[in-house]
Amino acid sequence: MAKTLAEKILSHKAQADAFAGDIVVSKVDLAFVQDTTGPLAVREFKKSGFDALANSKRAVLFLDHAAPSPNRQLSTDHMLLREFALETGATLSDVGEGVCHQITAESLAKPGDVIIGSDSHTVTAGALGAFATGMGSSDVAVGFALGKTWFRVPESIKINVSGAFQKGVYAKDLILHLIGLTGADGATYQSLEFGGETVSKMTMSERLTIANMAVEAGAKAGLFPSDEVTRDYLVKQGRGDDYAPLAADEGAAYERIIEIDAAKIEPTVSKPHTVDNTATVKELKGTKIQQVFIGTCTNGRLEDFAVAAAILKDKKRNPQTRLIIAPASKKVLIQCIKAGYAETFIEAGAIILPPGCAACLGLHQGVLGDGESCLSTANRNFKGRMGNPEGFIYLASPATAAASAITGEITDPREAL
Amino acid sequence: MLTGKVFKFGDSISTDHIVPGRLAHLRSNLPELAKHVLEDADPTFAERVKPGDFVVGGNNFGLGSSREHAPLVIKMSGVSAVLAKSVARIFFRNAINLGLPVLVCDTDKIEDGDRLEVDLEQGTVKDLTNGNEISFKKIPPAMLCILNEGGLMPYIKKHGDFKL
Ligand code: SF4
Repeated sequence: MAKTLAEKILSHKAQADAFAGDIVVSKVDLAFVQDTTGPLAVREFKKSGFDALANSKRAVLFLDHAAPSPNRQLSTDHMLLREFALETGATLSDVGEGVCHQITAESLAKPGDVIIGSDSHTVTAGALGAFATGMGSSDVAVGFALGKTWFRVPESIKINVSGAFQKGVYAKDLILHLIGLTGADGATYQSLEFGGETVSKMTMSERLTIANMAVEAGAKAGLFPSDEVTRDYLVKQGRGDDYAPLAADEGAAYERIIEIDAAKIEPTVSKPHTVDNTATVKELKGTKIQQVFIGTCTNGRLEDFAVAAAILKDKKRNPQTRLIIAPASKKVLIQCIKAGYAETFIEAGAIILPPGCAACLGLHQGVLGDGESCLSTANRNFKGRMGNPEGFIYLASPATAAASAITGEITDPREAL
Repeated sequence: MLTGKVFKFGDSISTDHIVPGRLAHLRSNLPELAKHVLEDADPTFAERVKPGDFVVGGNNFGLGSSREHAPLVIKMSGVSAVLAKSVARIFFRNAINLGLPVLVCDTDKIEDGDRLEVDLEQGTVKDLTNGNEISFKKIPPAMLCILNEGGLMPYIKKHGDFKL
């Protein structure tokens, strides 16, 4: 019987003929934790009497959320993770390397892999055709020890994208628009499977932005086929051998199919305090912004900074608006320097932060003041997210963010391009 | 049979409402972290909650981050079960992994301060304040296996593997 991408990958890894609704025990190809969920995973691992990893090369500890650590408690948590890496041989990605999902995309995920991470945006690796999903610390601790986990094979929603983006409209606008349509729980327990002519032409960077936010619709995974774009990306990362083609079967059963015409999408923003609270940039024009943040696992890649730099070239940020830039990885930072974007940003009045999560989750590097608004390229705008329940977060594309940094208010990027 | 008082919350209670990222430095000091449980939704909750009480939400309870600390601090506060109209996937799995029952049912008629009687075996919730009786959706059998052992770690300790 024809299979969806999720059914195909999980059947293969569980060595079963599995379909939506089935419970499978699957091999885990990559398991990881980050610095805010890792200490609990390490303690659970030890408390349960485990001492060895099933596959130490494919067990990774990322120090990215507090990078570098702003206080003694988190510094001590980092020590615990570094020690665990030494003891068990797990791979350590230390402070300064970058955000777990970006490094997973650059150097770890392969098409057809099953990946679990104690971070909800683990779904990002779905862009490479990996069944990747976020779990809690206990589940990942067991994944570390046994090299497997259990899943309920999800139903899939097919998202067919046709048409070309208008000027000033990007993958970020598409995913915000989609979440506005489905709602924040529109895909709970299900997998989003992206396809259609527009998707086949999307770059890996765009695919990563979209897959990253699948969880904001409640989805368990956000999957893309593995095709020529995937091959080119892997070759560029120096790991062409990791490529394998992967596509859903013709006639696979979908829970529903959503058709999207990319040409009809406008620059889009999520308003406080939920991601599905979307509006067009036009509707919000003029909203004052005290901080602009460009970065994160959603939009912290070279392509994102290229768009932002084109808009900020020879311009200055508004004096009432801080501009924070955080590359998602060391590699991206080096590329930004080489391409001259770093200089453009600094000349425009930006602060460049080290590779990592930076201001995204409110534990350092850009906490909002009472009543302040931030326009961010991140994936989440929940109350309290950027360190202050009295703050307001708007989510948008890097283009909208850059254009708004210049004016100090939410601005249509088409006016700046 | 579980009995206790209701703390009613609205829709879309996120893991940032339950344990915000700004408190990440307390995650290795759980008793301290637990003092802030649900702080951004109701700053008085932590002081008022009593062992056995219920957290009752609306739609999409627990959306957001994968932080297991969210159900963990709810459990540490003595709450005996979370009831909601719908529950985000990772929160649901994490709660069961910790042995905290999460019951999906129509919570519209349950009011803040009501007393509930929950029968986990029968799958029923009785609102002792207004006399309403509702049933909750069955917990999937695979998760029930884990919940019945008191959570994922006790389950794995006993079985050594997944036998679902
Ligand atoms: S950048 Fe933000 S969303 Fe991405 S992993 Fe870091 S904290 Fe999470």
